[in-house]
Amino acid sequence: MKITEETVSHVARLARLAMPEAERSLLAPQLNDILEYAASLQQVDLEGVPPTSHPFEQTNVLREDEVRPSLSRDAALANAPETEDGQVRVPAVLEGGTGA
Amino acid sequence: MKLNSVKEILASVHKGETTAADWAKASLDAVRKVDGELEAFLTVDEDAALSRAEATTADQGGLAGVPYALKDNICTQGMLTTAASRILENYIPPYNATVANLLNDAGGVLIGKTNLDEFAMGSTTETSAFKKTKNPYAKGRVPGGSSGGSAAAVAAGIVPFALGSDTGGSIRQPAAFCGVFGLKPTYGRVSRYGLIAFASSLDQIGPFTNTAEDAAIVMNAISGYDQYDSTSAKVEHEDFTQDLGLGVKGLRIGIVRNLPEEGLNPAVKQAVDAAIHKLEGEGATVVEVDLPHSEYAVATYYLIAPAEASSNLSRYDGVRFGRRAEAKSMIDMFEQSRSQGFGMEVKRRIIIGTYALSSGYYDAYYKRAQQMRTLIRRDYEKAFEQCDVILMPTTPTTAFPFGEKSDDPLAMYLNDIYTIPANLAGIPGASVPCGFVDGLPVGLQVLAKPFAERTILRVAHAYEQVRDFSWPQPELGVAE
Amino acid sequence: MNYETIIGLEVHVELKTETKIFCGCKNDSNSEPNTNVCPVCMGHPGALPVLNRQAVELALRAATALNCTINQQSKFDRKNYFYPDSPKGYQISQFDKPIGEHGYIEIEVGGEKKRIGITRLHLEEDAGKSTHAPDGSHTLVDFNRTGVPLIEIVSEPDIRTPEEARLYLEALKSIMQYCDVSDCKMEEGSLRCDANVSLRPVGETKFGNKAELKNMNSFRNVQRGLEYEVERQTAVYEEGGEVVQETRRFDEATQTTISMRSKEEAHDYRYFPEPDLVDLAIDDAWLNRVRAELPELPLAKRTRYEQELGLPAYDAGVLTADPLVAQYYERVIAENVDAKAASNWVMSDILGGLNNEGKSPAECPISPENLAGLIQEVSSGKISSKQARDVFKTMWETGKSASAIIKEQGMEQISDASVLGPILDEVLAKNEKSVADYKGGKDRALGALVGQVMKATKGKANPALVNQLLIEKIQAL
Repeated sequence: MKITEETVSHVARLARLAMPEAERSLLAPQLNDILEYAASLQQVDLEGVPPTSHPFEQTNVLREDEVRPSLSRDAALANAPETEDGQVRVPAVLEGGTGA
Repeated sequence: MKLNSVKEILASVHKGETTAADWAKASLDAVRKVDGELEAFLTVDEDAALSRAEATTADQGGLAGVPYALKDNICTQGMLTTAASRILENYIPPYNATVANLLNDAGGVLIGKTNLDEFAMGSTTETSAFKKTKNPYAKGRVPGGSSGGSAAAVAAGIVPFALGSDTGGSIRQPAAFCGVFGLKPTYGRVSRYGLIAFASSLDQIGPFTNTAEDAAIVMNAISGYDQYDSTSAKVEHEDFTQDLGLGVKGLRIGIVRNLPEEGLNPAVKQAVDAAIHKLEGEGATVVEVDLPHSEYAVATYYLIAPAEASSNLSRYDGVRFGRRAEAKSMIDMFEQSRSQGFGMEVKRRIIIGTYALSSGYYDAYYKRAQQMRTLIRRDYEKAFEQCDVILMPTTPTTAFPFGEKSDDPLAMYLNDIYTIPANLAGIPGASVPCGFVDGLPVGLQVLAKPFAERTILRVAHAYEQVRDFSWPQPELGVAE
Repeated sequence: MNYETIIGLEVHVELKTETKIFCGCKNDSNSEPNTNVCPVCMGHPGALPVLNRQAVELALRAATALNCTINQQSKFDRKNYFYPDSPKGYQISQFDKPIGEHGYIEIEVGGEKKRIGITRLHLEEDAGKSTHAPDGSHTLVDFNRTGVPLIEIVSEPDIRTPEEARLYLEALKSIMQYCDVSDCKMEEGSLRCDANVSLRPVGETKFGNKAELKNMNSFRNVQRGLEYEVERQTAVYEEGGEVVQETRRFDEATQTTISMRSKEEAHDYRYFPEPDLVDLAIDDAWLNRVRAELPELPLAKRTRYEQELGLPAYDAGVLTADPLVAQYYERVIAENVDAKAASNWVMSDILGGLNNEGKSPAECPISPENLAGLIQEVSSGKISSKQARDVFKTMWETGKSASAIIKEQGMEQISDASVLGPILDEVLAKNEKSVADYKGGKDRALGALVGQVMKATKGKANPALVNQLLIEKIQAL
């Protein structure tokens, strides 16, 4: 599987990264190298081996349903680049964006 | 006032010979004196440090009066926390990381926040968006990374300890390059709450110190179950200093048969072998162990870590905090803010990770990597049935010059070959200075089974007592 | 050509917990904007989720009530997508191991029972609320709702008509309310529904292209939106066209659906196991307790009302739709009054009154015990049914008991023959013509006599008794 600039473009779009031509052409061969190296994993028989998502098995870490103090609104919004009426203001979301 | 021993500062403050304020001032003096050139710190808040020191009493806790530094990916309430990224250049957290609270409670005095590779992605601290931290032993060389600032600050004698984070070697490798002790605890031993995530299933916070004993003292303060971190381990609190004096007599040291040696500097290997020999002389026995899947560790890591990172870094979107680019539409705002805010190494990893998780490639890349992770974990489980610790070099080489590997990412990644497996397996590991090659420090890596940090500290401490190479003065540091 | 309609519903239900799913902020999205938020639900760097036990409990209860198979080994996954009201850039959800799978809901269509399959039920976190400026210049985001626990319930494509869709939703809402899992107020957003709808020629087994309908904020609108969509798609096929697979928005003003015309980038959510959370293991003890504690569900209650109380199916359906109504009704009949009489009062007078005033059964001004008292006053003959209506009105206004009102207003019926005897004698003596008429076969004359007795007793005489006594007395003359 050859990583082309088009692949990089597509993936950058998924990751919401604007990617200028210069970066695309730099990244494509580097990613190709890395993924070719990673292809060594394809050579190993991993049939039936369970995947590890956590280093250690642990289950049911649960919190009781008790209210804890929230941030003050000022603190919650202190880092926001733009606010209005106690809300975070962002540029218009075009209808039919990628909301799920 | 030498800032190189947690133990001695504690004793002095406890006896009333010195105060927290004396040490804070000494540490801030050292910053002024050295850090202009060293560039280990991103933020130093003198007023905060001094008022904190004034409010600290001699019996406050396990670190009363000890100045320290935090890697700048650990959140500090009201104090700039950037992860060395443009995208967080103005970010002031509204909360403290659990470790920051624990250190405060123990009476530690925060001096400042240290430089790192952007979002901890790197092995040289060069990917920081703000500063180029020098190796205290050679100004023209990297301090290692990603926790390069913390390692350099301890090595230069500015603070007696600092915290870093280790995802694939980011504590152990800079500890080796800077000639200090660095410990990556077992995954889950220290709370990750408030650590800006790189790869959640691999990240772990740990200390840089000058000795294993100091690391044990710091571990006593920062480890333990945290209800705010679901992956925090529910284990009994223990005293990490407990086994320090036991020596190594009867301990089984594992050395790895067929350890990949491609790129291993023979002088580094020699220093490590000499250290192992010293420990044998102290009564340890050496056994050979197999880690048959070692050769796949780097590939496994460079799929899992970027995949998790690509998702962890999605929250930097210019909406609630951080850098926002001017744009007319929402999507433009996302794409431009992220493109301008992230550096190249971060982008590279986001792209790899997004690719590995994307439709059609998940099974071939991410899932296979997770399966390989299982095999690597099992390798270590089996090996530790035969030995108490495994020893090997921390890194294949000593610190390299700036820029040397910046344009070949794969070569850079391969440099992490000895440190990565511990993160994949979740086991603890440390780097102990074991010699100098051409004036540059070499690190001996000590690995043990999960939650056996005490064994690591015991072996390292025993070794520190008998090591006898000559230790040069750092080029950049507080003169004796 | 004849087309078959295929509908599947995806329903999101907000869980009634005190706090959010992964942090201790209050589960209350109606507070002042951005006041129930913290580093965790705002997605701040370094913040980590910790799962709320009660959210799991409620999801488990819901899955059990919907006849799902429970995955005792369950886990959470990240669903990656960018949107301003999704703070982390991913939603914590469940992908391949949802809490429940393979369930069903039974509905009744035209007197026939029908099962609608439930593919899966999973736990996830809600997103924040975006308010788009009317001029399209910007969007404001409130994160109070971010992290509110949700269950998503996905139906099989078993629904064949818009009416069935509405019935499915009503049944689902009723079950959720019985289990005390959610308020399910669609108008307030605590229940939200998207619908997938497609057509295919009768007999065809392959599915046609589907439209995903969004933005329907009431059960009625779900039905209307689907009806419109069925018509629209039928027209497209009949003109020889092809239905476009797309997302469409229901427009309340025009009662139509409008294409959202998104660029339809194929979604690639890049699901992977959430590394910040550990797996969920629901052991037998937990599961058995939830099963044991499950209340009687609407369908079972309905059957019981029909079989044990002898209520007509219609009554049983109305009384059991809302658990609070059923609870009210059961307290009334607990006072040993006739089940059907109680049903009549509750269905017409109580529900009518509550509806008029927009009140919930919990706020009813007449307690179930007092309503039972009123029914007893009628059945014992103390007051007439007609008087009972007046008493009911006063009870509604004052909250007093029936007996107190009857006493205050002197309304007790005279049912004592020895009291009525002399009054009747007097009336008979004064109305000889009517007596003669009656004897002459004019039955209607009796009515006049009864009227005179009622007048003399100010309406308190027991009319049935008066009738009977008058006939006896006339025959004895």
